[in-house]
Amino acid sequence: MKDQLEKIKNLAESAIQDAKSMQDLEQIRVKYLGKKGELTLVLRGMKDLSNEERPLIGKIANEVREEIENSLQNAIEVVKQNEKNIRLQKETIDVTMPGRKCKLGHKHPLTKVLDEIKDIFIGMGFKIAEGPEVETVYHNFDALNAPKNHPSRDMSDTFYITEDILLRTQTSPVQIRTMKKQTPPIKIISPGRCFRFDELDATHSPMFHQVEGLVIDRGITMADLKGTLDLFAKQLFGSETKTKFRPHHFPFTEPSAEVDVTCFKCEGEGCKVCKGSGWIEILGAGMVHPNVLKECGIDPEEYSGFAFGMGLDRVTMLKYGIEDIRLLFENDMRFIEQF
Amino acid sequence: MFISTQWLEDYVDIKNLDIDTLSNGLVMSGSNIETVEMVGKNIEKVVVGKILEIKLHPDAQKLVVTQVDIGEEVLQIVTGATNVEEGQYIPVVLHGGKLPDGTKIKKGKLRGVVSNGMMCGGEELGISDKVFPTHKTKDGIYILDEEYPLGTNILDILELNDHVIEFEITPNRPDCLSVLGMARETGATFNLPLKYPDIHIKEEVEDIKNYTSVEVKNNDLCKRYVARVIKDVNVTHSPQWLQNRLRKMGMRPINNIVDITNYVMLELGQPLHAFDLDQLNNQKIVVKNAEEKTFTTLDETKRNIDENMLMIYDGEKAVAVAGVMGGLNSEVTKNTKTILLESANFNGDSIRTTSKKLGLRTEASARFEKGVDPNLALIAANRVCQLIEETGAGKIVKGVIDLYPKVEEEKTILVRPNRINQLLGTKLSKSEMIKILEKLEMKVKDEEENLIVTVPTFRFDITQEIDFVEEIARIYGFDRLDMTLPKGSGQGAKTNGQIIEDIIKNTLNAAGLNEIQTYSFMSPKVFDLLCIGKESCMRSVVKVINPLGEENSIMRTTLMGNMLEVLSRNYNRNVEEAKAFELGNIFIPKDIPVTELPIEKKVLTIGMYGTEIDFYSIKGAIESLLKRLRIENIEYIPQKSNTTFHPGRCANIVYENHILGVMGEIHPDVLENYKLGTRVYVVEIDATMLMGITKPDRIYKELPKYPAMTRDIALVVKDEVYVKQIEDIAKANGEDLLESIKLFDVYKGKQIEEGYKSIAYSLTYRAKDRTLTDEEVTKVHEKIVKTLEEELGGSLR
Repeated sequence: MKDQLEKIKNLAESAIQDAKSMQDLEQIRVKYLGKKGELTLVLRGMKDLSNEERPLIGKIANEVREEIENSLQNAIEVVKQNEKNIRLQKETIDVTMPGRKCKLGHKHPLTKVLDEIKDIFIGMGFKIAEGPEVETVYHNFDALNAPKNHPSRDMSDTFYITEDILLRTQTSPVQIRTMKKQTPPIKIISPGRCFRFDELDATHSPMFHQVEGLVIDRGITMADLKGTLDLFAKQLFGSETKTKFRPHHFPFTEPSAEVDVTCFKCEGEGCKVCKGSGWIEILGAGMVHPNVLKECGIDPEEYSGFAFGMGLDRVTMLKYGIEDIRLLFENDMRFIEQF
Repeated sequence: MFISTQWLEDYVDIKNLDIDTLSNGLVMSGSNIETVEMVGKNIEKVVVGKILEIKLHPDAQKLVVTQVDIGEEVLQIVTGATNVEEGQYIPVVLHGGKLPDGTKIKKGKLRGVVSNGMMCGGEELGISDKVFPTHKTKDGIYILDEEYPLGTNILDILELNDHVIEFEITPNRPDCLSVLGMARETGATFNLPLKYPDIHIKEEVEDIKNYTSVEVKNNDLCKRYVARVIKDVNVTHSPQWLQNRLRKMGMRPINNIVDITNYVMLELGQPLHAFDLDQLNNQKIVVKNAEEKTFTTLDETKRNIDENMLMIYDGEKAVAVAGVMGGLNSEVTKNTKTILLESANFNGDSIRTTSKKLGLRTEASARFEKGVDPNLALIAANRVCQLIEETGAGKIVKGVIDLYPKVEEEKTILVRPNRINQLLGTKLSKSEMIKILEKLEMKVKDEEENLIVTVPTFRFDITQEIDFVEEIARIYGFDRLDMTLPKGSGQGAKTNGQIIEDIIKNTLNAAGLNEIQTYSFMSPKVFDLLCIGKESCMRSVVKVINPLGEENSIMRTTLMGNMLEVLSRNYNRNVEEAKAFELGNIFIPKDIPVTELPIEKKVLTIGMYGTEIDFYSIKGAIESLLKRLRIENIEYIPQKSNTTFHPGRCANIVYENHILGVMGEIHPDVLENYKLGTRVYVVEIDATMLMGITKPDRIYKELPKYPAMTRDIALVVKDEVYVKQIEDIAKANGEDLLESIKLFDVYKGKQIEEGYKSIAYSLTYRAKDRTLTDEEVTKVHEKIVKTLEEELGGSLR
């Protein structure tokens, strides 16, 4: 009987080894360990054994059962693993095929650049001030020290609603409004739409955008103006950027300057963007004229300040290499989706 | 303003400055430069020649064969020019020579005859045809005015070895609109002394009183009138050097008299005019406002004049528009024998208005507009006389008429050096400041703490202390100022409104919508295109009085027109799908006609088209946005009478009984108006109100602890029933247990009677404090179902 058990064990083991699938293994289990299985049948014959032999054979029989069960269990693991591998193999897909689009919307390029500019100035402690697009002549010109006969006041330069109301030509009136209602210190930027009597072409638009800034406090110097704008330029165009302040004339400021930055395309070497000069003019700036401070109820002996302004459209076009301003207002989806 | 550096050198010694140093220095001291051009660049091997002989070409009717003496040899040159004559001096391009346009000249044969070079015209030498003298045909050869040594380099004869700088002169510095003005700037910038022209007249004859008299009737518009008389005038062409200088500064030589007045204007900045004195009735000048209606200027144009314009009259008739242009009737011609020279100072505002009304802007009017120093008038008149005498163009009559009732005095201004350092962030000493001011021809008196500065009369721009801050800063050098950051704290931040605007844009971007930006103005036709009723308040608008065109003539009261225009542009450019939004202002007049600033209100407009887009796409976008802004209790009320929209597919968006906006599919008539061949969906929302009801703060709500139970129902109701009715009933009867009600299917078709629809809902029940029992849920659920059946006449499927 011992031999018989040994034989069953060997047979079962070799069958297990040959088994290919879960079905095969199940059949083996039934054949050897099932209710009518071979091992069961052998064990049933135990009752005919002597009392000495029975525990001995019983022990062997249990060992054989355990071994077969173990082997089966191991084989099942192997087969399962194989089957999983085969399934994974079959499930291979072409991962180079395009993904299902999750279409995101895009900001207008002017908004993108403005957001950058806002973040830079907020980081330097500025707040954002807004004001009306339809303005009074007083806020847009008179309070800004613009001479009564200044050509920019002409109907051929400015859109008028009435004799005293116009479409603002700059966002400086927001500075006037801010100075009139707030006592210094003042530290604001005023972005917004502006309007000038220009026919639409590749470089002109009757509507465009400006970002202006104003700082008023005790002891503000022209050096502060230079430092602020230099830091701004480095943040917007990169830390290598240099600035150049050229004397200029604006009625609103004295002294006044135009500010050039080193060309961010060629880094000052000279290229098409900077017309070979290595510099690009982007800002107008200056110390706020005492006449303007007085007009706004601020004592120029106690306070001083600086103001600056830039064309957002121009900066945006330079930054993205856009050569035609009309693209900004056509709103072709294929254009906006590039930003 | 063009400035020849050669001319500049007459007054300030710039020999040791190369052109880059010169131009950069001037830019950094405040004279902005547009261009710097070497006049005779790329001209090689062009010399003076004399035409000895001209013979017909044997084989070509339009060509001639000439013999040209260039000093060392005589060259045979074939030419097609028609203005050549034997004995003329002309520029010759030799074999191997070059012209500015890149042309290289080589020996060759023209129709079989050898040609050893080329005679050339002014244009070929790069001289703009607008500065060509009229008596030379511009298509022909440039005929030199005098005899020059043969073989001399043409660059020397025409003075083309010269850099011409184009300056952008800012309106506050009209004193820089002259060579002398720029010489002053150059001197101050480079610390070089200034050499003023030595003005004197050698010989004078007779007495001006015997020739003329002047009367000024309007002293407000004519501050000063200087007149001189020149007799025995010989009107001819100017000497070559004078022509060269005018031409390089962009002016056309005409005749010696006119050229000299122009020369002095360019040199000193004083506009001048020469009258033919014999053409003036009673040999008299009267300065007064216009009395006639028309006047013919010397450009042979009849112009309409009015009583606000200042004119120059003789004893009878008008002879010039003061400070703008002379009259044809008193022009200097070849036959002129006696001249009255006018050097006057006219009111800038008056000249500007006149020049604008006439549509006539001249070198003279441009200068008067900006301002001319009245103290310059006599100096300039004398300078003209000097040059006329020196060039032998006439004899100067003794005496000057100078009507100058109120002499312009120099201003003195108090300047505090401390204040200057305070504003510039510098530590300049008083003596450094004095040195700078003196370079600018100011006289400075040092009075301990202060400086008392006397300002020359040509500096109109300097009126108060702050103006000296700029003068000192620009001559000291902006680039030498420190770079510091403002002291003081102050935190940068956005306002709540600005933060909400950002949230709106970001949320709509996340929902797949692109941001657009369109003009704040629009066409009044938009209302008809949008089929907006004649009575609509939208039609009450703010109008631009001077629009560029009708399409930009009113301030928008809706963004829908611009939105549809953008969608149409995209559609017609074959963009398959467009989903866009704009957040911008509309303008609502407070009164008509407008007398005060309109109300500016923010509006959010969304527009969409595309194959996968329908009403519920745009509604979904709005719902997502409202959810993000934590705005609840929004109702969508069907709106059948909004003529812009499809009557069955339009809703008002309502918040607590206030209309927040409108949403729907665009009416086919409107689509047709905008040439849109696809269904389009638009929302327009009052963003000012939206931002007002936004709740940016939020508090965490506990996650549910107890399980929910879900029951589905399918209800058959009439087509006209809105799902909102079902939801309202469910919510009203759900006690505290109905957590949510979710529509998951709407079915029409087989098994459902015509005119009915089957609506399937998932109802979720949950209690906060316990696990619900089946009985509890059933009780509530059955109540809901029963009410639905009763109130909507529906039946469960």
